[in-house]
Amino acid sequence: MNSKRLEIGVGAFVMAGMLALVVLAFNASGFNFARDDRSYFLYARFENLSGLSERAKVSLSGVIIGRVVSIELDTEDYVAVVKMAIDKNVPLSTDTSASILTAGLLGEKYIGLSVGADEEHLMNADEIADTQSSIVLEELIGQFLFSRSE
Amino acid sequence: MKPSGVMIHHYLLNGLRRMGINALDVCAGFGRASWFLLQSLTWGKGFKAPFARLVLQVYQLGVLSLPIILVAGLFVGMVLALQGYHVLVGYGSQEAVGQMVALSILREFGPVMSALLFAGRAGSALTAEIGLMKATEQLSAMEIMGVDPLKRIMAPRLWGGIICLPLLNLMFCVLGIYGGALVAVDMLGIYEGSYWANMQGSVEFYGDIVKGVIKSLVFALVVTWIAIFHGWNAQPTSQGISRATTATVVQASLAILALDFVLTAVLLGGF
Repeated sequence: MNSKRLEIGVGAFVMAGMLALVVLAFNASGFNFARDDRSYFLYARFENLSGLSERAKVSLSGVIIGRVVSIELDTEDYVAVVKMAIDKNVPLSTDTSASILTAGLLGEKYIGLSVGADEEHLMNADEIADTQSSIVLEELIGQFLFSRSE
Repeated sequence: MKPSGVMIHHYLLNGLRRMGINALDVCAGFGRASWFLLQSLTWGKGFKAPFARLVLQVYQLGVLSLPIILVAGLFVGMVLALQGYHVLVGYGSQEAVGQMVALSILREFGPVMSALLFAGRAGSALTAEIGLMKATEQLSAMEIMGVDPLKRIMAPRLWGGIICLPLLNLMFCVLGIYGGALVAVDMLGIYEGSYWANMQGSVEFYGDIVKGVIKSLVFALVVTWIAIFHGWNAQPTSQGISRATTATVVQASLAILALDFVLTAVLLGGF
């Protein structure tokens, strides 16, 4: 009887440990995000990403609707090609524009989308044509100094 | 030569000799501990129900350590969220508090704090238990009966510790992250979605969670090893047991903190 109770206690302990691992895997590391059956993929070309990384957020009006899946360099035009996974429940019009933004003053980079007025929607594997690269602080300062010196 | 010169010569030689003796002692201690570890890692053959003894140790080391680990995890997570919020709010990025809490708990606080608490709660108990077995000559009695105490007593304890601490670490992390959510979301009013989404955007399963478990496994081996070795190596007197228990807690804590630096450097690939 006593050893039975012991085994039950130990079994519950080990199971709780395993459960903790599962909770961490799904809740903390977001294993379940951007699964193929719940999202569709869009591409966008940017001249300069400057700090945008994989798994960065894609937001629309401040609401996160997807993530950056992969970043590649197009060696013909030398621009960055960003692949994004977007929530299936969010249809985007074909004249949607994408820009790289910074959260707060020192925050991380994310992609901000703004929808247009077009009636047609972007489909899986379409490309967002209207993109705006992130503002590089050094370039801004350079332009400012250049314009002052004239 | 003047007599004072001879005296200095004498003191120097004596000091050198003492240093040599101490160094040899330390060396012998490490040798004995390594042999002890190798012997204790393997089960002997022909014992009845080794599994039952392992279950008993998992109960004693793991289940009985649960309250302190869980409560500590909860409070560590809560205080991290509070501290992080007050720093991050100055930059207007208080939404990142979830990510900060989760990363610091999974990478550092979880493995290190649970190992330190484990050393204090379970390690000291192990040393005292085995030390008392030695003082009451139970270990010698076993040897006379032809039972190897390293296999019979030490092996289940060592493996029990190695099984328990990673599980305790995982539970510590879960409680810490939910404790952080309690403070950040319910008390400080951070939007719940951004607390979890920021966390999920930055925490990686292999890079953070699995590496934390690897750290915890190493700590478990070292802490349990130190604890049972000091019990086995203790002077069989009441003072000797008390000294061995103190040595366990001190050495295990230092070993955890020093190893944590080494492991972090290796796992992050900084060197």
